[in-house]
Amino acid sequence: MTMKKLLRKVLLLDLLQGLSLTFRYQDPKEIYTEQYPLQRPEVAERYRGAPRLNVNPDTNETLCIACDLCALACPEHLIVVTSERNEKTRRKELTTFTYDLSRCMFCGLCEDACPTDALELTQDFELANYTREGAIWDRQTLEQGPQPTVYKK
Amino acid sequence: MSEILKSEQSASSVKHLELEATPSPAYLDSDELILNMGPQHPSTHGVLRVILKLDGEKVMGTECVIGYLHRGVEKIAEHRTYAMFNPYVDRMDYVAAVSNGLGYCEAVEKLLNIEAPPRAQHIRVILAELNRLASHMLWLGTHALDIGAITPLFYTFRDREEILKIFEKYCGARLTTHAFRIGGCLYETYEGFEDECRNFVKFVRPKIDEYETLLTTNRIWVERTKGVGYISGDDCKAMGVTGPVLRASGVKWDIRKAQPYSGYQNFDFDIPVGTNGDTYDRYLVRIAEMRQSLRIIEQAVEKLPEGPVMAKVPKVVKPAVGEVYHGIESPKGELGYFIVSDGSTQPYRIRVRPPSFVNLQALDMMVRGALVADVVAVIGTIDIVLGEVDR
Repeated sequence: MTMKKLLRKVLLLDLLQGLSLTFRYQDPKEIYTEQYPLQRPEVAERYRGAPRLNVNPDTNETLCIACDLCALACPEHLIVVTSERNEKTRRKELTTFTYDLSRCMFCGLCEDACPTDALELTQDFELANYTREGAIWDRQTLEQGPQPTVYKK
Repeated sequence: MSEILKSEQSASSVKHLELEATPSPAYLDSDELILNMGPQHPSTHGVLRVILKLDGEKVMGTECVIGYLHRGVEKIAEHRTYAMFNPYVDRMDYVAAVSNGLGYCEAVEKLLNIEAPPRAQHIRVILAELNRLASHMLWLGTHALDIGAITPLFYTFRDREEILKIFEKYCGARLTTHAFRIGGCLYETYEGFEDECRNFVKFVRPKIDEYETLLTTNRIWVERTKGVGYISGDDCKAMGVTGPVLRASGVKWDIRKAQPYSGYQNFDFDIPVGTNGDTYDRYLVRIAEMRQSLRIIEQAVEKLPEGPVMAKVPKVVKPAVGEVYHGIESPKGELGYFIVSDGSTQPYRIRVRPPSFVNLQALDMMVRGALVADVVAVIGTIDIVLGEVDR
């Protein structure tokens, strides 16, 4: 062992180097804590969170044309779409749309498949529920989206 | 049943013998103890159970019991179309989901005889290398934590967060990304993607030096890792061990160089190689790999070509009858996909060659004769993810 190495060892230089590094992070600027329910994180624009069934904002009619492509694209087969043929307009009309969030893995294949951009994965990420049934969303919940409690600072 | 499990049974019958006060001679002779480590042990990195055969504190043999996280990913594939199976591969090695997706998409592309456009390939390389950094950072944090150094965990997770932010902005998810599709990428880069990658490289370079300040010369770290868990290069080859564990034993083998994929041949980077094949060398190799990844990201961002991000892929993916094997260098080693197609829209069989599973088999070789505390260090150093071991 050379003299230099011995001195390093005796003077605890290796440990002091590490300690000085951690000491530099004492600065309050370096604190990364997020006060969650009061301060909600902003997720990215492309974030894949809660699904939403979009409606036309002018007429309040659903954009879904009940083509069933999302249900076919879903790897977990958790979307069930039912439709009815309207004899007047001779078009298929959406009756129910069920989305089982408890089995969803948010892969986004359903939103890729949607030809009218009716089904969309949104930036809402607070999906906790007290019951298992609460995770199965019907058409109304899908159109309104989740309503998480907002806390005041 | 293996030998070690048999002796486990005899150990459980020991109590009865004591009560009867007529200990058998075999019991008196044996001073070996069977100890269960896991599956809930905090430093087994998931649900791994290791049965240790101990003589005092010396490890005489180990046996890994795996399968606690088995979800049957390979079987699920047989009932999904090629596109539908894509999100499932993210859930194997969940700390390096991008690499899994890259391997799978490239394997199916090979089967379909298409190639992703150059822009998509560059995006893939950038994300895969970012993911390698994220995986190594998580490994460093947890591995150091296992051995007793808590501080690196905070720093590595802080820096990993920046990578996850880029993932979230690019593809909408942080961990199980589902970033790539068969034939390229679904998403075009977002505005400011290139600048963010450049800034990240600048931000993280000094941080890697910080990790080294904390660990490389630290006497406790050196004592705990040098000479621990030795495995020779020949043994590695015999066991099929790949990745940083193989390279730390002095074998220069990296699929990115040996069988380039996704345009890795266009980038200039080195393969860090160790000499001693111990835990300390594996640490050094991974740290060096992180620096090389930064180099690749820099080059890929500079060279990022214009053009489409998706090749022409038929709407219904229906490969011809045949089979294909495609291996990539995931952060943990060679990740291979073997796909058999029967000409339908669903794969006939998908077999995954997970690096964690193969590397874990070398655990026994590495810890035989070591102490119990070293088992923790060695499990950490081979960098296993149980989601991938059990699939």
